[in-house]
Amino acid sequence: MRLTTATCALAWMLVAMGLSPGASADTGRSQLLATGGVSTLEGSAGGGIVPMAVLSGYGTREEQGGAAFASHVHTPEYRLSVAGGSWSWRNRLEVSLTEQRLSHQPLSNRLGVGQDSIRQSVIGAKVRLLGDLIYTPWPQVSLGVQHKKNHDFFVPSAAGAKDDSGTDVYVSATKLVLAGAAGRNLLLNATLRSTKANQLGLVGFGGDLNDSAELMGEASVGVFLNRHWLLGAEYRQKPDNLSFISEDDWHTAFVAWFPNKQLSLVGAYVDLGEVATFPDQRGWYLSLQGSF
Amino acid sequence: MTLSRNLTRLLALGTLLLAGCGTLNSASESKPNLYQQLGGESGVEAIVYDMIVRIADDERVVERFHNVDIARFQQGLETYICSVSNGPCEYTGESMQVVHAGHNYTDTEFNTIVELLIEAMEAQEVPVAAQNRLLAQLAPDYSDIVYQ
Repeated sequence: MRLTTATCALAWMLVAMGLSPGASADTGRSQLLATGGVSTLEGSAGGGIVPMAVLSGYGTREEQGGAAFASHVHTPEYRLSVAGGSWSWRNRLEVSLTEQRLSHQPLSNRLGVGQDSIRQSVIGAKVRLLGDLIYTPWPQVSLGVQHKKNHDFFVPSAAGAKDDSGTDVYVSATKLVLAGAAGRNLLLNATLRSTKANQLGLVGFGGDLNDSAELMGEASVGVFLNRHWLLGAEYRQKPDNLSFISEDDWHTAFVAWFPNKQLSLVGAYVDLGEVATFPDQRGWYLSLQGSF
Repeated sequence: MTLSRNLTRLLALGTLLLAGCGTLNSASESKPNLYQQLGGESGVEAIVYDMIVRIADDERVVERFHNVDIARFQQGLETYICSVSNGPCEYTGESMQVVHAGHNYTDTEFNTIVELLIEAMEAQEVPVAAQNRLLAQLAPDYSDIVYQ
């Protein structure tokens, strides 16, 4: 909780920085609106649950940029609060730091344990390998890593998770097809991830069914109604490492609003399937981001 | 004889007129091309003029235009947009690559110009789909312009 609060404060400070009029003086913001994406639950630029090849903020190849964000996921039995920040250098390298806190009181009641939340930190890095989201005929392709450390391993270990930390590696290919859908711009993204994380790592890493990294497919598609509004959907394949609790693939349907380059807001319907013994975890997702 | 010839002529004329009608009908039914969606000659001129005003006010790019013949740039850009949007113009100027070679234009400058073009099109109330279609025509020029 304390870590999350600290990161929250940092996030709000960065949002405030992003909102201040003088912020563009030394950090650039010359890329087109929405091209920095939004911040995923793991802090990397992308959508809500699937990272993309884009880098956070609006820095071009001569500029830098970044983002700070706070997100909340609300399902019948769980609440996930996330806050973080990222910094991007010359549209080449992105680094991010994110704190997650999962509240799981119903699970604690069911298990008869006192602990009611799990915190996790994620340190991420992403490198743009080739291409430009808009200007090259081929997609923008990036390679990313997310190192995760679970700080409350008691419940995950009881569920059969093997490790309290793990590292995801992913490759994303993202393309904005101008006028690709009845004159509207079409956003296409595919991500391939190597992971052994259970529920992002909030339920630890590896398990009795499988304890090695597996490749998971993820995808996002969206249509820009105009340059301020994006409608889209995401899919994220998940591992199923634990015999005690099964894990389902995730789906979202989202609306993202980019009123300007300083601010973005995402609302989504999420379907997380079964999460740690509770089935049908469908709910909503809300994310606020400040960019600079 | 005369009557039949006249009838034939009349028929031929009628056929031509009908054919003409058909063409007119299909032309008005089919969607206007991109040039027309941009507002035709006056629309493209207004977009380019609006964009140049914005360039003059943007510190990221204005210095690049200090030694540029603005009238020539304006004319060239109008003709270029007209030609890539299927308007009745043929761009005979130098290629994008030749025009920009040696200037080492940056990613920042290119993105800024695109952004100013979008703002100009928005100000001229160009429909979103037409904006996107024009950008789709211009986007491949990136590789001929940036860091050349």
